[in-house]
Amino acid sequence: MKLLLLATLNGITLAALYFIVASGFTLIFGMMRVVNLAHGSLYLIGAYIGHDVAALSGSFPLALAGGAIGAALVGMAIHYFLLDRYQGDDLRQALVTIGLSIIAADLLLARYGGLSYQFELPEMFYGSMPLPIVGGYPIFRIVLIGLAIAVYLALWLLVQRTRFGIMIRAGVDDRHMLGAIGVNVPLISTLVFGLGAALVGFAGVVGSSALSIAPGEDARYLLSSLVVVIVGGMGSLPGAAIGALLVGLAEQIGLAYFPTYSIILSFVIMVAVLAWRPYGLLGRPA
Amino acid sequence: MLSRKLRCLALAAGIAAGFSVSVSAQPTNIRIGGLATLDGPFVALGQEAFRAMEMAFEEANYTAGGRKIDWIKESSDGRPDVALTKARKLIEQDKVDILIGPMSGGEGLAIKEYAKTAPTRTFVNGFSAAQETTLVSPAPNFFRFGADGAQWQAGLGNYVYDTKGYRNVAVVAGDYSFGYTQVLGFMSEFCAKGGKVIEKIWVPNGTKDFSSAIARIPNKADAVYIMMGGADSINFLTQYDQSGAKQPLILGSNVSDQTVLSAKGPFQRRLVGLPSAHMVADGIEDAVYKDYVAKYKKRFPDGLSSPSAPFYGYYVATKAVLAGLNQVAGDLSGDQAKFRAALSKLRLDMPAGQVSLDENRQAIANIYVTEVARAADGSLYNKVVKVIPNVNQTLGQPREAFVARGVPSRDNPSCP
Repeated sequence: MKLLLLATLNGITLAALYFIVASGFTLIFGMMRVVNLAHGSLYLIGAYIGHDVAALSGSFPLALAGGAIGAALVGMAIHYFLLDRYQGDDLRQALVTIGLSIIAADLLLARYGGLSYQFELPEMFYGSMPLPIVGGYPIFRIVLIGLAIAVYLALWLLVQRTRFGIMIRAGVDDRHMLGAIGVNVPLISTLVFGLGAALVGFAGVVGSSALSIAPGEDARYLLSSLVVVIVGGMGSLPGAAIGALLVGLAEQIGLAYFPTYSIILSFVIMVAVLAWRPYGLLGRPA
Repeated sequence: MLSRKLRCLALAAGIAAGFSVSVSAQPTNIRIGGLATLDGPFVALGQEAFRAMEMAFEEANYTAGGRKIDWIKESSDGRPDVALTKARKLIEQDKVDILIGPMSGGEGLAIKEYAKTAPTRTFVNGFSAAQETTLVSPAPNFFRFGADGAQWQAGLGNYVYDTKGYRNVAVVAGDYSFGYTQVLGFMSEFCAKGGKVIEKIWVPNGTKDFSSAIARIPNKADAVYIMMGGADSINFLTQYDQSGAKQPLILGSNVSDQTVLSAKGPFQRRLVGLPSAHMVADGIEDAVYKDYVAKYKKRFPDGLSSPSAPFYGYYVATKAVLAGLNQVAGDLSGDQAKFRAALSKLRLDMPAGQVSLDENRQAIANIYVTEVARAADGSLYNKVVKVIPNVNQTLGQPREAFVARGVPSRDNPSCP
């Protein structure tokens, strides 16, 4: 009973992290249909920049901001110089971003080496807090849930309730018509891409505080984001949240009860969902 | 336009000429392939491996037995199939004479099997340490100058039973051949003493979130034996600390390695005083070893605070190859038969003691039981508490009885 509760709690907190990473991906890939396979690299870049900022300033909030801004700038540059010209050309975007991610991984390895990095969390977030039944539970993992909910609400408000959000949604539905009525579409696209990159850079700092940052994390988070967005349905924010929950819970409950097979469990879920609902749980045909 | 075309042609001709020159120059140079991991969870280990080969080659001035050495590097990500592909590339396309590698346990098993299909080349293991590789149906052209993962744990089981007083231990370890090997090495002494391993939790390689594995550790365990590779162990240590768990830890060899101790983060405060064992230890108080550390620090100022175990593994392997080549004066004729005979008989005086090979071409070497300690400059290192001299692959037991007990696996051995 205690194990099941703990595993569920672990699954939810891991899902929170997966959601923050995948929320940027669902914005870029799900809504704007820009195939960005360098999403994982932006995660690493955000985490490493955040680490440098923390090392210089000793402040965790500054590290969060630094990671998000750094990743956003890199992301906007990628979109402006490389991806925007291939809008709608999935294969080229995929190849360009795979190439970028390989180059970025080697550059980061050269700059930061192969060792793992971690953040010194503020004292109030480190350690464990008492919870009924399960006993102690790491404070920072509870914080993760709060962060994920905040990101969800902010994004939902932005997309559904603001003028900028209306333009994003209009651009997704008909890019040319939006341009014809006088909106600077490339600028909007680059800004949205930057926002998605900022989210994943932020997630990089959060994720490397909860876990750690090391080469290879890029591929791992790209994969988890792909699975989350595909399971949840392209472009659907609630879908991404449900997808993240499914993947996180599967991973942790799998690790608790049948660890040998926990790795394939998230793919089993993906196959099952796609067989049952080809557009994902909350997706709709493009 | 025309001039650009001409330039292209000239460039192409130049490249072609370059190729033909290097092809005709090949027979006089010895080609050595290096296979390590610059991708996946063992990146830090892979960097150390290539540093080690570089240092060994530089000491020999890239020459052995009077012939120049060409060094070709390839990177795997720690998975056996990738290692196999890269090894094939080195052997079949780059035509290396000798291959040094791989890094990880499962990779080693794959390369050993591949070695049987390339009998004219010689394979010298880098750092992979699964027991099966050399214990069961060894390849005649595969040499391992490092101890295996079970040997690395010699002395640890006795130490934690006698000195630390642990009786019931839970195990959390990587679910692959090297993990099984290490746990077997630890358990063979600990269980023989009467200790109990009450729960074994196997976690997939590359797991980042161990919290549910930690939740499964039984309360009645006196201590927890942990073994996972590289970056994974840092995550485990942090999450273990954050979970509020109080049981003391026993560290598998990879967890106490410099690739973990040198990493930065709050997990470090958990490590001081924890016991471990390995084929090398940074706390060895010996002039030869200190000289080796000094050379490492001078050559790699951006390296770790002292050379890691994978560095040592690849360093010994490369030194062995160079020594073998020197003995036969670079003669690799006759499908390298002379070179291989020389390798089999080598007695190498290495920084952590003498290394020799048994009849399966598996190393017999010293093992160091250690405890993590903090040096004056604040860095962590492994302080030697006991040296177990000349540990062989069967851990001092008769070979037949040892082999009959079966290869290490999730359920072998067992003493709940």
